[in-house]
Amino acid sequence: MTVEAVFPVLEMRGIGKRFPGVIANENVDFDLRKGEVHTLLGENGAGKSTLMKILYGLYRPDAGELRLNGRPVRLSSPSDAIAHGICMIHQHFMLVPSLTVAENVALGLRSTRGPLTDLRHVARRIGELSDAFGLQVDPFADVWQLAVGERQRVEIIKALYRDASILILDEPTAVLTPREVDDLFETFRRMARQGRSLIFISHKLHEVLTLSDRITVLRNGRVTGETDPCNTSREELARMMVGRDVNLAPEKPAATVCEARLQIENLVVAGDRGTDAVCDVNLAVCGGEVLGLAGVSGNGQRELAEAVCGLRKPKSGVIRVDGQPVAPGNPKAVRKAGLAYVPEERMRDGAIGDFNIMENLLLLDHGEKRFCRNGFLRFGRIFKHCRKLVRAYAVKTPTLETPAKNLSGGNIQKLILARELSGNPKVLIAAQPTRGVDIGAAEYIHARLARQRTGGTATLVISEDLDEIFALADRIAVMCQGRLMGIVDRHEATRERIGLMMAGVDPDSPSKDYCPVSESTSR
Amino acid sequence: MNDFWTATILVATVASGIRLATPFLLASLGEALGQRSGVLNLGVDGVMLLGAFGAYYAVLKTNNLLLGVAVGVLLGALLGLFYAFITVNLRAQQGISGIGIYLFGLGMSDLLFQKLVGTPRPIMPFAIVRFPVLSDIPVIGEMFFDHSLIVYVAFLLVPLFTFIINRTTYGMNVRAIGENPEAADSLGVSVGRVRYSALIIGNSLAGLAGAALAIELGIFQQNLTNAMGFIAIALVYFGAWRPIGVMAGSLVFGLVASIVLQCKTLGIIPRSASDLAAMAPAVITVLALVVVANRFRQPAALTKPYIRGQ
Repeated sequence: MTVEAVFPVLEMRGIGKRFPGVIANENVDFDLRKGEVHTLLGENGAGKSTLMKILYGLYRPDAGELRLNGRPVRLSSPSDAIAHGICMIHQHFMLVPSLTVAENVALGLRSTRGPLTDLRHVARRIGELSDAFGLQVDPFADVWQLAVGERQRVEIIKALYRDASILILDEPTAVLTPREVDDLFETFRRMARQGRSLIFISHKLHEVLTLSDRITVLRNGRVTGETDPCNTSREELARMMVGRDVNLAPEKPAATVCEARLQIENLVVAGDRGTDAVCDVNLAVCGGEVLGLAGVSGNGQRELAEAVCGLRKPKSGVIRVDGQPVAPGNPKAVRKAGLAYVPEERMRDGAIGDFNIMENLLLLDHGEKRFCRNGFLRFGRIFKHCRKLVRAYAVKTPTLETPAKNLSGGNIQKLILARELSGNPKVLIAAQPTRGVDIGAAEYIHARLARQRTGGTATLVISEDLDEIFALADRIAVMCQGRLMGIVDRHEATRERIGLMMAGVDPDSPSKDYCPVSESTSR
Repeated sequence: MNDFWTATILVATVASGIRLATPFLLASLGEALGQRSGVLNLGVDGVMLLGAFGAYYAVLKTNNLLLGVAVGVLLGALLGLFYAFITVNLRAQQGISGIGIYLFGLGMSDLLFQKLVGTPRPIMPFAIVRFPVLSDIPVIGEMFFDHSLIVYVAFLLVPLFTFIINRTTYGMNVRAIGENPEAADSLGVSVGRVRYSALIIGNSLAGLAGAALAIELGIFQQNLTNAMGFIAIALVYFGAWRPIGVMAGSLVFGLVASIVLQCKTLGIIPRSASDLAAMAPAVITVLALVVVANRFRQPAALTKPYIRGQ
């Protein structure tokens, strides 16, 4: 091996960063060689983002040293980083929707025409890069018109245009279909072969094992290990991330399917832009089963969930709980019918950040006789009730008066689950139940959902994470562009097949409805 | 009816409509630029008042119109700098701090007027600038080429601003920062610097609008603008943040105001209803706003202070 191949292009030594009350990074060492994909693996809050923000000039480290090609550097802003050939592809795309692709690429660059923009020149260069890396995109299209996969390509072109030698990829696959992920990884490998160095941030273990040359694991702000894909396994990586053994696929008894408890018939829902986000969807979920709804985000899942929960009035269609139609667009009636909802945006729709734990737990029941007499809250009973729930659902909080916003994502989710499940719902809609939640809490939440299934609740789990769908679901439904692509039994489903359906390809076999009663009740 | 009189009145109405539209156009062009960069300034009226007083006082003392205009622009720029400091560095709520600027301008211009001038004395107005051939065209010449220099300048700023916003790197930065400042920041565009410049330029125009008003009228008094700055903000929404739209809005407003004025002098509207009729431009603008403004989306980052890493 030549000296150059081993010599690190980037070295971070003893990096430390504290925020009030939190140690985000402590004594972190990280290095990157020319032409390699080095994965940074860790849970949310492990310190991956902080470390990368330091490298990208967004944060200044409290301690430690940064060397590029052996020379120490100080990066105090993103422009410093870009000047040193470091580019970051952010998890949430850093694109301006109202500008064109070419304008987005040209942003922040010196124009060849002085104060005037040189978009034609930029577009030509984009065309060259598109051809060289297989990243097709129209330079003059407005970004808001592009699909998610295309936006991802624009982000990569932005980095290539700046001739980045070090690329930071912050969970770049979060919003892509499995097929798109394969294409993306091919592009990444091509970039690495050209001598660019890539830092890949992820918590999806199978992706990490496919793409990486080396893997560094972070936990609680510290490096807990360095390895490579040949010498490790998913189980070992999970252990390094969490610090203990993790049960990645919990055992569960076979579904004891009874009758359909949630029925969705010919549902049409308008999206925020006025076009139909959900087109004529029929679904039935039986008591005692979990129906997983897979799909790339933005294909109508959110609108479907909101319509079912009464938060968005459908254009047409009927929703039944236990055979009884519920009033559309009326959340109170839906709740009364026995439906519970764990929303996707938990801090926006699921909890009130400035309310304390107790108030958040009581959001549904505060009007009930047992908690409220003549308009006065009965605090004695409320305290008892909440203390019981917090203990039962293992919500880690100093007191019941702690504002919900001070809890971690996992604990907020447990709090919401405690509120939603305490009424023992007939139907549960859980959207992205473990997104952004640490593995420990995710394990707990999955176990809770499984227990609810055993108890006879009909559960609809909406998730973009196929691992989660496969771990929880008895049947898997796939949505693409507002339509139901089909429903597949868990035992017959493969990642490839679901992936194809997510991309809008009809699988060979027609969709089968495994719910025996749904036929007869839905006329 | 006599055709000659009808034509004369029509020409006079359009010409005065254009004149009346000018301060609105200047102020709302400036406000549009600020809003495109993501900053709402509700203090336009206050800036206009200070600009108006500054210009009036300078002309009163020196009889130099150019100096008057320069003082108006400079005061606007200073207030823009101040407002940028409040909103960019101190990250103040833009709704309320704009009201603060308004109240400051309202009070300060009156105080300075009482202390420095006391009794209103007229100043010399702008000279009419006529063009050799254009101004001699019947009807057209009288309508469009019989105005003071400031009117031409205001309308020439429309294509200039359109060009700057759409075709220059600076304009692209402004648009990007008004929509997604995080994205611009991540590419090394300084959000603060762009917002500062947009606010300084924008408020200079508000100052210029005030100066134009005071010199056009040849006088200053307390609350001279009479909430024109707020109308200018409404016109930004009316014009969907585009210079050409802002110009259309200003012209509609100016023309309706001019028609109402003309009807009053001709006695078409009874004196008892004249106060009611004076509301017409505002009412029509609001109605147009309801129709127009809902079709366009405001800059996504409007009123949101930018804090890196959030």
